[in-house]
Amino acid sequence: MYEGIVQDVIDALGRLPGIGPKGAQRIAFHLLKADPEEVTALAEALVALREQVRFCAICGNVAQEETCGICRDPRRDPAQLCVVEESKDVVAIERTREFRGRYHVLGGAISPMEGIGPDDLRIRELMARLADGVVQEVILATDPNLEGEATAAYLARMIAPLGLTVSRLASGLPVGGDLEFADEVTLGRAFEGRRRIGGQG
Amino acid sequence: MHVTHLGLVDFRSYPQVELDLEPGVTTFVGANGQGKTNLVEAIGYASTGRSHRVASDGPLVRAGAERAVVRVEVSRAGRRLLVELEITPGRSNRARVNRAPVPRQRDALGQVTRVLFCPEDLALVKGDPGDRRAFLDDLLVSLAPRYDGVLTDLERVLRQRNALLKSATALRGGGQRARTAAEQTLSVWDDQLVTCSAELVAARAHLVARLAGPVGEHYRAVAPEDRDPRVDLTYACGVPGVTDTGADPAVGREEVAEAMRAALVARRDEEFARGLTLVGPHRDELVLRLHDLPVRGYASHGESWSMALSLRLASYALLRAEAGPGGDPVLILDDVFAELDTGRRERLAGLVAEVEQVLVTAAVPADVPSALAGRQVAVAGGTVVLP
Repeated sequence: MYEGIVQDVIDALGRLPGIGPKGAQRIAFHLLKADPEEVTALAEALVALREQVRFCAICGNVAQEETCGICRDPRRDPAQLCVVEESKDVVAIERTREFRGRYHVLGGAISPMEGIGPDDLRIRELMARLADGVVQEVILATDPNLEGEATAAYLARMIAPLGLTVSRLASGLPVGGDLEFADEVTLGRAFEGRRRIGGQG
Repeated sequence: MHVTHLGLVDFRSYPQVELDLEPGVTTFVGANGQGKTNLVEAIGYASTGRSHRVASDGPLVRAGAERAVVRVEVSRAGRRLLVELEITPGRSNRARVNRAPVPRQRDALGQVTRVLFCPEDLALVKGDPGDRRAFLDDLLVSLAPRYDGVLTDLERVLRQRNALLKSATALRGGGQRARTAAEQTLSVWDDQLVTCSAELVAARAHLVARLAGPVGEHYRAVAPEDRDPRVDLTYACGVPGVTDTGADPAVGREEVAEAMRAALVARRDEEFARGLTLVGPHRDELVLRLHDLPVRGYASHGESWSMALSLRLASYALLRAEAGPGGDPVLILDDVFAELDTGRRERLAGLVAEVEQVLVTAAVPADVPSALAGRQVAVAGGTVVLP
């Protein structure tokens, strides 16, 4: 145990995801040695993060104004809507530059263990967005784990009566990987989701 | 196959151990509490990623240390294979095979195979159904490591589903609306439950069908005083309508899935009332019968031990048959001889004497039959002394 403020900082850092007690200690002592200006800049950025960052009123992505940049961008295709769990998933998909539609951020996945049900996610907002008939295709891009699959299955069921095209991101082999190193689950899914090339398509 | 080297860092009572092993019989001798079982437990962990003594990884790490390392090198038909696991409780373990990191621990499992006999084996016969399910699952993972993933998924689906049922039960004041909302999400978890349950039930039933013959044969060898033992193994699936899934696991899976869906609908009210998942492989049972009577509750102490040994010997035979050349599992006899009478000791020793590698632990060297007189290693106070 350290005295007073040092221990307070270590405790606070240790509560962050991905940082253990040893890591927290390293960061705290790094901050003590670092350039005071850098540390102040970090502190100010943290305060600004909580004070200025908001969530887009349309899609739920992080934004600095009422709505986010993607929702305001007129070049984005309003007919395609990609549903993701978190804002960081938007960033990941944006990096691909493949998708030109808009997003809807749920704010998590269904997980009864953590007390997260459909009402705790932005599903009501999603259904409201789909009601006006502009969106033609919904792409479910939740994580390929148990909770993500459950959320996707739930959404697919909710959206089905609207008669829209609903698709799920393909799961399968990593690009640049070797077939022999793929585990059975991944390989099995890749088989299920195989597609035809050449010939009579 | 045989273990050529066992290395431990901060595992159980050992700060560090480096131990070279040879084919044939090796006996670890030492008083109780000196760390004999810890050595063979580590080999088991490298095989299945689970300990046979505890459900969580916490106790495996030496008190005061943050992580433990288990390093097991085996030789299979002359080829060396090194499996290294770094155990960090509360996080996923890191694993390396032949010094190359693998993405998940699961990818390193199943390379080292072992069959373990231990005093707790009596629970296979006398214990709760859960003990027998664990026996089947452990063997299943040894035969096909991907079932480790199915088991992990099932465990998680059950926890999620039970949490949902419990929250709906707590909300009963909310009346029909709360329940309708819960049912909508529940159907999603039902699908997941059915998928992994069907896979597991079909695999377990198929395994039991393959075990039945060898268990009977080994019972005859272990208990020759019983002239005509009628040994019978059945997988009792708790889902009504699932009859025989044995022969073809792929066909069985469809049948189980269909029956489970029906059973889930039928027991929905009960599940909501109790806040628990009442349908699934977590409620199945491996029924052992001797002379048409259930072994549990009817068999004598001696008969129970004969049955427990037969289950292990049959597991060994099955793993060996599926492994191919040079893949014979390592056989571990952890403190079992003290539990057995002279006749069973000698017969067990006779049955395993020609196995490629046998590792024995014993508090009293005289308990170990002379047929298994091999190299002796003294274990005392967390250190290992080679002869």
